[in-house]
Amino acid sequence: MTKFKIATWLGALVFSVMAWSQTLAIASQEKLVISGSSTMAPLVAEIGKRFENLHPGTRVDVQTGGSSRGIADTVNGLADIGMVSRALKPHEHALHGATIAHDGITMILHKDNPVDELSNEHIKAIYSGVITNWKTVGGLDAPITVINKAEGRSTLELFLQYFQLSNRIIRAHVIIGDNEQGIKTIAGNPHAIGYVSVGTAQYDATHEVPIKLLALHHIPATLKTVQAGTFPLSRPLTLVSKNPFTGLAQTFIDFSQSPAVHDLILKQYFVPIP
Amino acid sequence: MLTQTKDTEERIWTLMIWSSVGLISLGFLWILGDLLWHGWTQLNWNFLFSSPKNSGREGGIGPILISTSLIIGVCMIIAWPIGLGTAIFLAEYTQDHHRFGRLIRGSLDVLAGVPSIVFGLFGNALFCQALGLGFSILSGGLTLACMVLPMLIRTTEESFRAITSDQRLAATALGFSRSTTIWCILLPAAMPGLLAGSILGLGRAIAETAALIFTSGYVDRMPESLLDSGRSLSIHIYDLAMNVAGGNPNAYATAIVLVSLLIIINLTASWIADQWTTSNQLPT
Amino acid sequence: MISFSNNISSQFLNDRVLLWSLRFFALIAGSLLFLIVIFLIHEAWPALHQLGITSFFTDNAWYPTESLYLLTPMLWGTFLATIGAVILAAPIGILSAVFIHYYAPSLLAITYRRLIELLAGIPSVVFGLWGLVVLVPLIASWQPPGPSLLAGMLILFLMILPTITLVIHSSLAQIPIAYIHNATALGLGRWSMIRKVILPAAKSGIFTGIFLGVARALGETMAILMVCGNVVQAPSHLFDPIRTLTANIALEMAYALGNHRSTLFVSGLMLMAMVVIFVLIAEQLRYRETYADAN
Repeated sequence: MTKFKIATWLGALVFSVMAWSQTLAIASQEKLVISGSSTMAPLVAEIGKRFENLHPGTRVDVQTGGSSRGIADTVNGLADIGMVSRALKPHEHALHGATIAHDGITMILHKDNPVDELSNEHIKAIYSGVITNWKTVGGLDAPITVINKAEGRSTLELFLQYFQLSNRIIRAHVIIGDNEQGIKTIAGNPHAIGYVSVGTAQYDATHEVPIKLLALHHIPATLKTVQAGTFPLSRPLTLVSKNPFTGLAQTFIDFSQSPAVHDLILKQYFVPIP
Repeated sequence: MLTQTKDTEERIWTLMIWSSVGLISLGFLWILGDLLWHGWTQLNWNFLFSSPKNSGREGGIGPILISTSLIIGVCMIIAWPIGLGTAIFLAEYTQDHHRFGRLIRGSLDVLAGVPSIVFGLFGNALFCQALGLGFSILSGGLTLACMVLPMLIRTTEESFRAITSDQRLAATALGFSRSTTIWCILLPAAMPGLLAGSILGLGRAIAETAALIFTSGYVDRMPESLLDSGRSLSIHIYDLAMNVAGGNPNAYATAIVLVSLLIIINLTASWIADQWTTSNQLPT
Repeated sequence: MISFSNNISSQFLNDRVLLWSLRFFALIAGSLLFLIVIFLIHEAWPALHQLGITSFFTDNAWYPTESLYLLTPMLWGTFLATIGAVILAAPIGILSAVFIHYYAPSLLAITYRRLIELLAGIPSVVFGLWGLVVLVPLIASWQPPGPSLLAGMLILFLMILPTITLVIHSSLAQIPIAYIHNATALGLGRWSMIRKVILPAAKSGIFTGIFLGVARALGETMAILMVCGNVVQAPSHLFDPIRTLTANIALEMAYALGNHRSTLFVSGLMLMAMVVIFVLIAEQLRYRETYADAN
């Protein structure tokens, strides 16, 4: 008999907890759900916290999962705003977008690698498997470990577009997902080459992680050159919605594009829009 | 001559067992030592109770601890009765040829091999969207419950089956009802297995990342209800280690907290089991 | 085993209520898989319908952005990493459990068991992080590039070992003490007793342990993604990078749209198919074992 008592109690507990959640949820305030790009999620979450402080009674919930999840969630109504870490594609132009910051993409090597500069031709040859030893480009006699990004990532698309490569001819040894995975792989392998977000790489390079950033076309990869628009490989970080922004969403977008969040953007090592 | 070869065999196996255990312990202590080495300096009371700042590079994990406990709580409250009930049903009411039993056992076996990310996407479709719970602690806990069920049921069923039939026969001979037999005789005897299953399930639940990103979400604010989105410890670790430059020290510190939490849970579980086995026996 | 299913209509009301609630719970547990499969098929349908099943085996390569969807290298990746991990973990798991019960002094036994329990709960992210920062560079300095089938196997081995050990441990705990007394009385040495009496008696538990281990290895995602290199190819040796079906889903799901996304659900179905095949083989083995016992 005790079993049923316990089961009843458990049931009662679950229901009361659910009821409690319901009442609280109703009592809670105006809520903005934002979802999408993992690159942008930490930044937008910080902006959201500041926004909540300025507008008491509002809540900004940020969910991560990738640019296309941002678009999918926005389209099916699970999120009010989507985060997309690239320019919108032609078939996505039905969505309304607003750029809040810029990000660059840089080639990185291990700090101990004697190679200091690679021409675009060299990079192309390395990634297409024509050059397979560092000796050829003036480095040590060691096989090159080529790190590439996974299909569908906007970083990959931009990289391919800039170097006019197709993903089919790339001969990669490691395929990574997020930026930090690439940086950790290179930090653990002195003969590796890869490409990641400028901000992340700059932060790590200045914080005792053994990597270095390569100049592209003689333009050094720094937040400054990205900001000046001279660095050739960069992408917009965009917020999107299904309908034109209104109400709280509009207020949030305005806030995210205002100078009031520039310090947050810089703290995440992205470049604020002018 | 014969005894001598037998002795050598005994010795060889003793040596093999000790050396493999030594190697395993060494490997695991290496991992744990690595954690402590990197995360120790970040740990203090403030880290446990304050909110994360600057995307988790600074500040603590207070709200994340709360969210994690709530998610795990929901998961266990749902998974325990269903898991225990199914295990008892399979072990005590179905034989190997029982069709319904075989069907359920087979489906659970397959369920055990479903990758966690598929659970995540499924939970997102069922709990977040179809049932309208949104990204919430409730969705996360329910998804985890689905995930740990196969492991919970399998180990519990195993321990029920391992009980010798003498005990059941004796109970029937004494005129006990089935429910009394199960509750007072079999359950205490099956407790170690049930516990092992719970610990494994809990371990899996608390360590889960992929399933939770799509269901309980990413919000690192203090949850106000079970319908709020809440970030779990493992998602926090993943985000800090893979997505936030300079997040490493806090990632390691969070991992230490998670592991300590697990130690506490394990100890409590075995304590409860001891209480249970001593207090729930029939008077003799 | 004595079962009571013949006299299910018991005279106790409690018993009938109990049986029906147990059936209800079992139904919930059993229907979960059904729901998940329906969900997967629903999501995978566009790809299955438009591309046809054969294209996943006959396309030239995996370049989803160019509409090439070959899944076989990833099937191999999942298969090899799992097999490798289990071949390592099964014997060592058995030895570990035996150690706890029959070799270790009681204090050491408890300590070792606690250590293993702890490891059962270490998040895969932490294993992955350790693999990425410690193990992979180690392999890289020996045989570049580092992220490889071997790294994946080793990490999976560490992850499933606690599962296997704990399950076998709990089944060893339930072996009647009389078995041990009888074996000792027969003058069997410790290892002979274990090999001839204990392990056969614990067969079902060992089976379950290995089974759960394989299941976890097949489904593991995050750690594998961090140490395996994720290059889509059928590996020719241990140091080649591989991509598993799970890593494929986790890596690309967040960025996939249209047929690409749908194909990732097909890889989910593919994985389920692997699990079903594995379950059928396991079932077959178990039946043969039971049959052998009956004779």
